[in-house]
Amino acid sequence: MGYVFRRVLAMIPALVGVVICIFLLTRVLPGDPARTLAGEQADAASVEKLRAAMGLDQPLITQFFSYIGDLLQGDLGFAWHTGHAVTEDLASRLPATAELALVAILIALIIALPLGILSAVYRDSWIDHIGRIFSLVGASMPLFWLGLLVIYFFYFILGISPAPIGRLETGVNAPTEVTGLYLLDSLLSGDTVAFTSALNSIIWPAMVLATGSIAMISRMTRSAMLEVLGQDYVRTAKSKGLSPKIVVGKHAFRNASPSVVTVVGLEFGQLLGGAVITETIFSWPGVGSYVTQSIMATDYAPVQAFTLLAAAIFLIVNLIVDVVNAAIDPRVRNA
Amino acid sequence: MPEIQPKNLRSRRRTSTTVGFGRLLLRNKLGMVGLGVIAFWTLGSILIGVLSPYGATETGAGPLLDAPSAAHLFGTDNFGRDLMTRVFEGGKLSLWTGLIAVAISLAIGVPLGGIAGYAGGWLGSVIMRVMDVLLAFPSLVLAMAVAAALGPGTSSAMIAVGIVGIPEFARITYGQTVSLKQREWVEAGRALGLPASTILIRHIVPNALAPIVVRSTLGMGYAILTAAALSFIGLGAQPPTAEWGVMISDGRGYIISGEWWLTFFPGLAIATSILGFNLLGDALRDVLDPRLRTTA
Repeated sequence: MGYVFRRVLAMIPALVGVVICIFLLTRVLPGDPARTLAGEQADAASVEKLRAAMGLDQPLITQFFSYIGDLLQGDLGFAWHTGHAVTEDLASRLPATAELALVAILIALIIALPLGILSAVYRDSWIDHIGRIFSLVGASMPLFWLGLLVIYFFYFILGISPAPIGRLETGVNAPTEVTGLYLLDSLLSGDTVAFTSALNSIIWPAMVLATGSIAMISRMTRSAMLEVLGQDYVRTAKSKGLSPKIVVGKHAFRNASPSVVTVVGLEFGQLLGGAVITETIFSWPGVGSYVTQSIMATDYAPVQAFTLLAAAIFLIVNLIVDVVNAAIDPRVRNA
Repeated sequence: MPEIQPKNLRSRRRTSTTVGFGRLLLRNKLGMVGLGVIAFWTLGSILIGVLSPYGATETGAGPLLDAPSAAHLFGTDNFGRDLMTRVFEGGKLSLWTGLIAVAISLAIGVPLGGIAGYAGGWLGSVIMRVMDVLLAFPSLVLAMAVAAALGPGTSSAMIAVGIVGIPEFARITYGQTVSLKQREWVEAGRALGLPASTILIRHIVPNALAPIVVRSTLGMGYAILTAAALSFIGLGAQPPTAEWGVMISDGRGYIISGEWWLTFFPGLAIATSILGFNLLGDALRDVLDPRLRTTA
């Protein structure tokens, strides 16, 4: 418990740093938010008027405290292109992104962990080579290209995936909202039609989003396992005559798992960036596609809000990673 | 201690080491494949202006949305522009973007990491805490935020991707500097009264080059990918510029009606060039740091 408390305290300066960083990004970089919002055609007087309305003519420190004051009240600005407060838009779209990211990380774990473990146990065998090729290709594959290839093959050519139009197929009603996660909500309300449709709709973008993570997690699992498998205690366990399953599962993987947990946490953070691309391609109504729509409408308050949200989620995930690692490994707790 | 070595001996040793690394690199088959792919896109993008009868933004070079054929190997787009010309022209921009972005990351990250590592104390802590804050952002998200703040455009994308890469270079240089500054030859330099900047620039950084070179090569692939992603979502290069991310964004709507070539070829260009830099980067790491070969 003491460790968790210390770790939460340590997160506060990082969060303050993130807030300062986002503030400075919009105020110090040579771009002009008033000019961007007013558009290239606007005359100087209108831009000045807008600058005053946005408080950009105030001293930097005043602007900073007014920004912090707004943040503390949950005010992340106004999205001109939707006509709503950014917080409102984000709240309504967050469940879709959360569901996509969770399914993606689940797919990544289901594929990457066995692949990484088997690649290490059967080093230089065919499965290791497959793992190596997959991780190399996965790390080089642009998500936006992979997504379009998936749509082309599985929707246009084979006709087995639904049209990339969002969280449910045409004609299927959304399940009664409880959590906002359609898979869970449809299960809770016993709506099998919505569940099947939601599963069929999410599986494709989630697989695309998971590709990079599969590459990273399987490689990290492999190298962590290789390091552990070479240790004396593993040799001892083997020579005691323990079954390979127990040696690999109990002795080796448990000791390799802190590195794996760490990379899973990092990948979860990166998924938020990937979600912007994947959601845009699959017309997924989450915060990622909201960001792209905002960019297209040259409306940048949502982009800044998303940056803050993503960094905050990333920090929280890292905190969870550290806590999980402390639970797995007593050396971390007592450090 | 390098100072007291005769000049010709020092340069001869350096040459023989470089030749040794070169030979090892040449023997690395995957590394050579990577180098070949990079050479293909580099030469292709330089020569396309001479070899192709079409301009990259020339509309009506062929029928609209014409599938790949002998006349247009990669097909044409919705404005009748020759896609092969655009893809290779796009290579020029993507490679430049990668180079400039990595140069920005290097030019800022390496000095910051070096100063933080050498000076230590509060200055080192402040620099590295700022780097930690930058690392707290998912990389594409930070690149988006910077590019949005600068306003969409090719140079914004270059700067944004460059800024995102700074903490990684700073961290590598910091780690190297902290370990190298304990060495006897650095202490000897201090004892001789050499200024800190000389020790850092002439003695520490050259000895920390191996991981920086590896990171720069891998960083090129990452920079090309991120810049294309920024263009794809509208924050990087703008239409009608021949840029890979822009081309995929333009062709996106045609994928569900079967015009696959609009997105396939620019995507293939991005994927292969990143693969090239990744393969070369891995090979350089194997050559420059043999310790990593056992587990990587």
